[in-house]
Amino acid sequence: MQLARVIGTVVATVKNDSLEGRKLLVVQTLDAQLRPHGKPLVALDAIGAGIGELVFWCRGKEASFPFRRDDTPTDCTVVGIIDSEAHVTDVGGRS
Amino acid sequence: MIIARILGTVVASQKDERLSGKKLLIVRPLNLDGTEQAGYTVAVDTVGAGFHERVLVVSGSSARLAQGMKDVPVDSAIVGVIDTVDIDSE
Amino acid sequence: MIIARVIGNVVATQKNERYEGGRVMLCQPVTPEGAETGVALLALDSVDAGVGDTVLVVQEGWGASTAATGKAGAAIDSAIVGVVDRIDLLPPDAGRG
Repeated sequence: MQLARVIGTVVATVKNDSLEGRKLLVVQTLDAQLRPHGKPLVALDAIGAGIGELVFWCRGKEASFPFRRDDTPTDCTVVGIIDSEAHVTDVGGRS
Repeated sequence: MIIARILGTVVASQKDERLSGKKLLIVRPLNLDGTEQAGYTVAVDTVGAGFHERVLVVSGSSARLAQGMKDVPVDSAIVGVIDTVDIDSE
Repeated sequence: MIIARVIGNVVATQKNERYEGGRVMLCQPVTPEGAETGVALLALDSVDAGVGDTVLVVQEGWGASTAATGKAGAAIDSAIVGVVDRIDLLPPDAGRG
């Protein structure tokens, strides 16, 4: 799982039937100092996250497990909303 | 499956009980010419491999299919010690 | 598995129900020599690891899910499955490569 910020949403009218009704989020992965790292990804929302929120996402086959797992084609799913930036403790400290 | 070289061992006494008695080795992936790639992984030994040997490493859920690894939480297992690798040099 | 150092944890009230009761730890991958490498990741704790510990992180769903929650099938891709006591490495010039 990785830390990320929700930076947008995707609307797709034509999509795989099993994605019907699912919210698509654009997430930017963050490092331990909450700095952006790597390219943004599109993730399925399993938790009710919105733009601007600090979240964590799960990768791989397990990403489909919050849904109908055998027929939800996703490899990236937001599974938790972090309460606040202060709730990410990093002993290295953020300046 | 990848070819890798054993670089070291890891000792961890506080671990998932299903890992008890399993030997954990640090392996680094090799190129076909024998040079080392970047990075490393920690793999569970299933064949009695030793320091510096070239081995076959299987990754992902397949690692749990190796002998003795059923229902063990591993993502990387050493499943063979390599004798030789022959490559068509053309 | 990879080796990582536990550098913190995160608190998330609103999360997938299979994470209830678990501790989500912030882990910085390190090389066997101890240098930081790559970006920090989150893993569920299954062995009572603490901040500052060097740990083994399994990155395969079935293993991570059963280690952290006792049952397969959770949306969990990484779990801490061991606390490293010691790493023994061949010296760099010991005929590697």
